[in-house]
Amino acid sequence: MKIVVIAFRYLWSRPITAALNLLLLSLGLAAITFVLLTSEQMDQTFERDLAGIDLVVGAKGSPMQLILAGVFHIDVPPGNIPLGAVQELSQNAQVAKLIPLSLGDTYQGFRIVGTTPAYPEHYKMSLAQGQMWKQPMQAVAGAQAAREGQLALGSRFASSHGLGGKGHAHGNSLYQVSGVMAPCGCVMDRLILTATESVWQVHEKATAVDASDQKALEAEREVTLALITYKSPLAAVSLPRFVNTTTEMQAAAPAIEITRLLRMVGVGTDVLRGFGLVLLLTAGLSVFIALWNAVRERRADLAMLRMLGASPQKVAGLLWCEALLLALMATAIGLAAGHALTGLVGHWLQAERSVALTGWIWFDAEWWVPLLAMAVATLAAALPALSAYRLDVTTLLNSR
Amino acid sequence: MIHCADLAYCYPDSSDISFPDVDVPQGGVLLLRGPSGSGKSTWLALAGALLRPTRGRIDVAGQDLTQLKAVAGDAWRAKSIGFLPQKLYLSEALTVAGNLAMAQWAAGVADDPEAVAQTLDALGLKDLAGRKPSQLSGGQAQRVALARAVLMAPQVILADEPTASLDDDAARAALDLLRGTAARLRATLVIATHDQRVVQALSHENLYQISLQVTNNVRKKL
Repeated sequence: MKIVVIAFRYLWSRPITAALNLLLLSLGLAAITFVLLTSEQMDQTFERDLAGIDLVVGAKGSPMQLILAGVFHIDVPPGNIPLGAVQELSQNAQVAKLIPLSLGDTYQGFRIVGTTPAYPEHYKMSLAQGQMWKQPMQAVAGAQAAREGQLALGSRFASSHGLGGKGHAHGNSLYQVSGVMAPCGCVMDRLILTATESVWQVHEKATAVDASDQKALEAEREVTLALITYKSPLAAVSLPRFVNTTTEMQAAAPAIEITRLLRMVGVGTDVLRGFGLVLLLTAGLSVFIALWNAVRERRADLAMLRMLGASPQKVAGLLWCEALLLALMATAIGLAAGHALTGLVGHWLQAERSVALTGWIWFDAEWWVPLLAMAVATLAAALPALSAYRLDVTTLLNSR
Repeated sequence: MIHCADLAYCYPDSSDISFPDVDVPQGGVLLLRGPSGSGKSTWLALAGALLRPTRGRIDVAGQDLTQLKAVAGDAWRAKSIGFLPQKLYLSEALTVAGNLAMAQWAAGVADDPEAVAQTLDALGLKDLAGRKPSQLSGGQAQRVALARAVLMAPQVILADEPTASLDDDAARAALDLLRGTAARLRATLVIATHDQRVVQALSHENLYQISLQVTNNVRKKL
């Protein structure tokens, strides 16, 4: 008989204890897997979406809000900035690239972003179908937006005002889909891109009463924010200060804000990770107690094994094997549960058109989960195994 | 075969037990008599290489046990000794067949369901192979324990109080089975007992005896 089979039989000879320990271990491992999956994916998402954007310029307000709205598209922007000021800034000697973004409208919760072709180029996007917009009111949809908003090539749709998705529809200006972008796993997937002019056109048409009013509105054209890439790293020293002190605009460096954000979110993940570790510790103690009792209950069984010729190492190994078996099963359950939970949370976030999170992903860091489980099992089994190792077989002969 | 000369064991709590010399040829029956506390268990432990003699020499199944290291002792015990404990110690987590397979695992030999089946068959236990020990009668359980003891075809069978909790008929049956099984394997049989019925029942041409007494065997060092 294989040691694994014997260990399994012994383990399940007390099914309730075994099941409870399995549950405790699995919960701990699942919590740790979940934290690992979400934080790794968050980091990846942030890094990918940041993609070399050095500075975000927008209306005065919270710098973090500006970054979240402008780079990750998960918050509303603080306000608009004059087009003229942005154009002036793009002439600045320290600016290598400036991408203007106009936000304000959505389609089924997906943001419509008025911009220039430089925006998709910045993320190295390719088109799965169709072509880039050639004129205002043509739009290019990201992969997720196209799929869930049913935006096929050539289809027309009306945008609705506001980023909440509940605003009134701009029914008399329809966009036409000129292209669909290939999926990138980045922020582009859940955006609909169009020319900056389209956004102006939609709103001016909606508000202008006559031709002269239209002219007046054109003179006051605005964009929401601008993404800037520096010419040299030295710009990081002077450009933000230049923008913040000499203009009515605000400049925010994503790198700094993200670090701040991760530090704030980090507390949450630390708490969750700590919670997972405490669960695991509890599970380890519980396994220890179970094995310790098992050795006491099965003292005679184990002594009989010695009597039948098993070496002390073999008997101690049997106990270790029991703990490892439990750990292995818990690893499988814990990893599956952690991935399933991440998938579920990802599903919720996707419904809110927020950060993409998936359970169908494997990080190398997850190899630590089985290792952790085995370490806990080994620690839990150490004392019981030692006591099994030191078992006095002659007690078998004396117990009358 | 069992041979011991000038054998003695000294416990850490300083009770000193010395044993009479005996020379049992292979296939013989050795009766280890004496009340509890007279040293029967100690003698069994010495014969099973679980304890090392403090003094003297004991040879079991052609092996000088004083020369045996601990690890080698386990391997030697697996192949040479079949042990029938008084309380049987069948594992409740395993079936009857599983309890026998466990002996193969403990001995470190490959799984051999054939040998398990044959041994169970020889003791009339074929139909009980799938049962748990708790589903057996006392007599059946003892036969399963005996099957486990003789699975590895040992040269020496050590039976510890095999009749202790049995009525007269069952005791006779158990003794007959023990002797029959030992004879079939040509194994030396050692029966440790304080049961007079065993002494009366056993009349064997190859019968040897060690009689132990509490008074002259356990002397406390002052």
